[in-house]
Amino acid sequence: MKGETTKKIDSIEFGILDPDTIRKMSQIRVVIPDTYDEDGYPIEGGLMDLHMGVIDPGLRCKTCGGRMATCPGHFGHIELVRPVIHIGYIKMIYSLLKTTCRSCGRLLLPTDQIQTYKKLITESGELPEEQELDVISQAKKVSKCPHCGKKQEKIKLIKPMTFYEGERRLLPSDIRRRMELIPDKDLRLLGIDPKKARPEWAILTVLPVPPVTARPSITLETGERSEDDLTHKLVDILRINQRLRDNISAGAPQLIIEDLWDLLQYHVTTYFNNEVSGIPPARHRSGRPLKTLAQRLKGKEGRFRYNLSGKRVNFSARTVISPDPNISINEVGVPREIAEELTVPEEITEWNINHAKDYIKRTEYPRAIYLIRPDGRRKKITDMNREEILQELAPGYVIERQLKDDDIVLFNRQPSLHRVSMMCHLVKVLPGRTFRLHPAVCKPYNADFDGDEMNMHVLQTEEAKAEALTLMLVQNQIISPRYGAPIIKGDEDIVSGGYLLTKKGTAFDKRIAEKILIKAGIKKMPSPDIGNNYSGKLLFSMLLPSTLNLEYRSLLCRDCEKCVGSKCPYDAYVKIKRGKLVSGVIDKVSLQGILLDTIFRQYGPEEAKEFLNKSTRLLLASTMHQGFSVSVEDTRISKEAQQEIKAIIADARQEVNRIIKDYNEGRLKKLPGKTLRETMEDMIMAILGKARKDAGDVAANYLSDYNPIIIMSRVGARGSLLNVTQMSAMVGQQAVRGKRIMRGYRNKSLPYFKEGEMGIEARGFVSSSFMEGLTPTEYFFHAMGGREALVDKGIRTAKSGYMQRRLVNALQDIVARKDGTVRDSDDVIVQYKYGEDGTDPMKCHGDYAVRLETKTYVEEKDRDEINIEDEGDDYD
Amino acid sequence: MKVMITTNATLFKKYRDKLPESIVEELEEKTKGMNAKDIKRIAEQVLAEYIANQIQPGEAVGTIAAQSIGEPGTQMTMRTFHYAGVAELAVPQGLPRLIEIVDLRRKPSMPIMEIHLEPELRADKERVIEFAEKIEDVSLTEFATIEENFEDKEINVILKEDVLVEHGIKLEDAVRKLEKEVRRKAKKVEGNTIIFKPGFATLSSLRRFTERILETRLCGIKDIKKAVVLQEPDGSGWFIKTDGTNLKDILKLDGIDASRVISNDIREIYETLGVEAARNAIIKEAKEVLDTQGLKVNPRHVMLVADVMCYKGEPEPIGRQGISGSKSSVLARAAFEETVKHLHTASIRGHEDKLKGVTENIIVGQPVPVGTGRVKLGMKG
Repeated sequence: MKGETTKKIDSIEFGILDPDTIRKMSQIRVVIPDTYDEDGYPIEGGLMDLHMGVIDPGLRCKTCGGRMATCPGHFGHIELVRPVIHIGYIKMIYSLLKTTCRSCGRLLLPTDQIQTYKKLITESGELPEEQELDVISQAKKVSKCPHCGKKQEKIKLIKPMTFYEGERRLLPSDIRRRMELIPDKDLRLLGIDPKKARPEWAILTVLPVPPVTARPSITLETGERSEDDLTHKLVDILRINQRLRDNISAGAPQLIIEDLWDLLQYHVTTYFNNEVSGIPPARHRSGRPLKTLAQRLKGKEGRFRYNLSGKRVNFSARTVISPDPNISINEVGVPREIAEELTVPEEITEWNINHAKDYIKRTEYPRAIYLIRPDGRRKKITDMNREEILQELAPGYVIERQLKDDDIVLFNRQPSLHRVSMMCHLVKVLPGRTFRLHPAVCKPYNADFDGDEMNMHVLQTEEAKAEALTLMLVQNQIISPRYGAPIIKGDEDIVSGGYLLTKKGTAFDKRIAEKILIKAGIKKMPSPDIGNNYSGKLLFSMLLPSTLNLEYRSLLCRDCEKCVGSKCPYDAYVKIKRGKLVSGVIDKVSLQGILLDTIFRQYGPEEAKEFLNKSTRLLLASTMHQGFSVSVEDTRISKEAQQEIKAIIADARQEVNRIIKDYNEGRLKKLPGKTLRETMEDMIMAILGKARKDAGDVAANYLSDYNPIIIMSRVGARGSLLNVTQMSAMVGQQAVRGKRIMRGYRNKSLPYFKEGEMGIEARGFVSSSFMEGLTPTEYFFHAMGGREALVDKGIRTAKSGYMQRRLVNALQDIVARKDGTVRDSDDVIVQYKYGEDGTDPMKCHGDYAVRLETKTYVEEKDRDEINIEDEGDDYD
Repeated sequence: MKVMITTNATLFKKYRDKLPESIVEELEEKTKGMNAKDIKRIAEQVLAEYIANQIQPGEAVGTIAAQSIGEPGTQMTMRTFHYAGVAELAVPQGLPRLIEIVDLRRKPSMPIMEIHLEPELRADKERVIEFAEKIEDVSLTEFATIEENFEDKEINVILKEDVLVEHGIKLEDAVRKLEKEVRRKAKKVEGNTIIFKPGFATLSSLRRFTERILETRLCGIKDIKKAVVLQEPDGSGWFIKTDGTNLKDILKLDGIDASRVISNDIREIYETLGVEAARNAIIKEAKEVLDTQGLKVNPRHVMLVADVMCYKGEPEPIGRQGISGSKSSVLARAAFEETVKHLHTASIRGHEDKLKGVTENIIVGQPVPVGTGRVKLGMKG
């Protein structure tokens, strides 16, 4: 490894191969349209000739003498009896035929015009796009050559690849002759670089044969050989080429020769691209279209996207994930089985040689597996050679030892939609067979534990480790670069726990308080504040840095007209003074927003990490002590509440019926921009929407403040008022395409309604709650709405995936430079100063570069409201 | 008091060069009434934080921006949104609209304009309604019924007088306008019936003539299919929202507040107001989509996307017809879409890939010129 010179590729040139180069590159002229003889040995002069490389073990390459593993393969060539057009250049040929003289080969523009255009050639050697199009469109129209005076006949291209001049067919050999006539100086104006691409080279006289290593044949279990698609195609070309040669030398009539010539053209065309429109694709015996050169390159599974833009790696592992709140957010629990398989290289120096010897001596788990000598040879450490290796070991050697705690790895979950989809973790080897991760890092990975799998990559060089540790470590990613607020945060039970712990009246005796604190790893005991007991707020304060001062309103805030600050009757005003929680309840706003945010910014990532670790453990421990569970009974509401909701439904029904009556009797007034029918539908939807909201409010009112569902939705742990409504009060209107359900039968949604019936039940209003249970019709309508949401989700992922790919592709070369500008890869300025003020969105406070005052943190608008249907239990 | 103001002004002067204007303004606003020492202390802190918050050189801001806009795409709704209740127009929102914006579609699927009027006009609802009616593009179909007399090769246009009155058009004006549009004199006018005898021999050309008559616009502005009047959110009066856009012609009208005429057609904005306006429109539209979906995205990301779409002097869509298709690197283009096409043209033109971008270097297996990949170490001497 060491002392290796690294070569850097500066640039790659593109051009068309000329026949001489093809012959020079070639190691052998291929003539025989066959591959192996009866003994399974490559035929000399055939398509598997040993000069073109080896794919069979035991044989040697006749060009370089290498074996299967060492010979990279070499090109061969086929001499075509008659020239054929390269299908990829058909457009260029067509344009050249039209824009140059049919007799003298000059560009069909007067000399002075050519001169003016020449002056416009830029340093890249090309005309600006517009002028180039001008040249072509002008030259196309010229009917008499301004240079030799010859009259120009019209050239026609009969798709896909036959040219006619007037009535006469232009054979590829004629075209080639014409291309040869075009002088270099004129080609420049037509967008062709004559040094790299003389147009006659686009008409092939000799065809390169790719190395056998690029088209290996495979041996089936039956012992039968199966050739690569390219080899098949080359066999076809060789066969026709031979037949054409035989016919020509036998003096066959021109018609037959042309037919064979066309056939050769067909084979060469499909060899390059088997999806040319207007040409039937060449097929395999089984009827499957052949995958030829163009097909190998293009598309998602093509060479470019699959093999070149995407690389495969070693030193990686994948398994199911499961949660573990007891490890740190920057750790990942790795199953022992995986840790034993993966290795980390350790370079031996005089300082760590004894440490390395320990690994080599070991026969059990954290042991060294391989030894790499300074010359790069690697040796497996076995019981046989262990002593020998210990003797041999010296600085400069490298050992590969098994993965152990605190090794640096990258952890990733697909789809990797943003940079926090891949973060650096420290290994924690644990029993079990799943990767364990801290629940707080679920959000950036968008992971849950319903069967998700994740990948782990073990870093192999010191540079990579250092970079990952500084740039990608979990605690450095707590703030999202998208919106400058925490993305790594405790949610669900942790938030509920925050409320349960810090709400008024929570207190523990010494024994329990000790238990809870020790779970969070806090070994210092505060002095009791409520008699001999410890309040929840006191315990929570133990998580806070002792110098922290903060005041804000929690999610429970009811926006009273006059805020009484820390004397808030709902305990919604959070006040932290010198690291002590004086008043207020800890909820989503604290744990996911301003408190975490402030700790991160004021005390740094380490402190924030510790806060997340400890708060998770503390809050889960305290919740377990207090107990927090949900049962179906919790969704049941009292008789009175049910009566109220029934009344709401009855009112809504009445109102809807009135509107329908008005509509039927023509009394309804049309809203501008809508039809009468739409107006009615809108009004009905509004009434029913309001009915559901009212019912929800009633239910929420009747449910006690100690109801766990209510607690969860209020403090922002899980669920919204909408969920409460649907469970306890009513499910509400079901919609398909944003409208009440209209489809199904002629003028009715289900068979047992009357035709044209527009009442609430007939159009998908579900007045039952999930608790009560849905009637059969309601159930069916609900399923209709649900199905639509599901389908919608599917297309949405596909569409947004493509948009993301395009966005990333368009913007990936845009980099902030040293001078403060933002430029693309050609150093063209996109922005003079990034974001107009040069501030990093990740360091911003929300949208602001600098925060001049402490504002209440506003959480991302309740997404639950929008995406209620998306929370299905999907198994990956 | 006066003394203090002057000292503060000089105090802030120093920071004006170092801090963005908006921050200095906010600072001035918030420190009103404080003494100079405190202000200076605060200002120094602000400056220190501002400098600490600067983006690091080499940061792949493009990728971050793209991800920040793309990632929430999965969380967006697909449905077009109908505003509940009052007359409003259906606006494609969420993902479809966002795709439309980055695609820079020639016509948005729901072109909409917001036209605000001059203050004195704005307050009077009647006059705003009148204005709205005036700009609505109404073709003859709504004004008249047409009878084709194939026997005499004549066409009878029967105007509906009540509709004419509603739109405030005089009969003779309608006739004149119609004659001008179809470039034919009417044979005669009988009451509310206009008779044309275009003198075509074939029935099919007569038919085509009928179509022409039907398409004739009697009043309003082209493409403004509907104009509704809504209350200004600040309660200062009414404004007009239209279905269909025609920025160029609307801007020519009297009585509008030209600085507050908004179209959601970015291409149209570029054509009438130029590339800077188009860039701002992209930012505004994209931001609006994200905001209404309740997704938090730092505006810097949106701005970068807009700038990338516009920095070449003309708005380009994101994708193969735009930015990705016009990259200088052959490999990057080939790896995106239309692989074979890009390889062929590159070979004809003898292009060279300088390997300065991300994809190219990944393809050849070299470190990418981004972040730590940009930093080079040299040895002295």
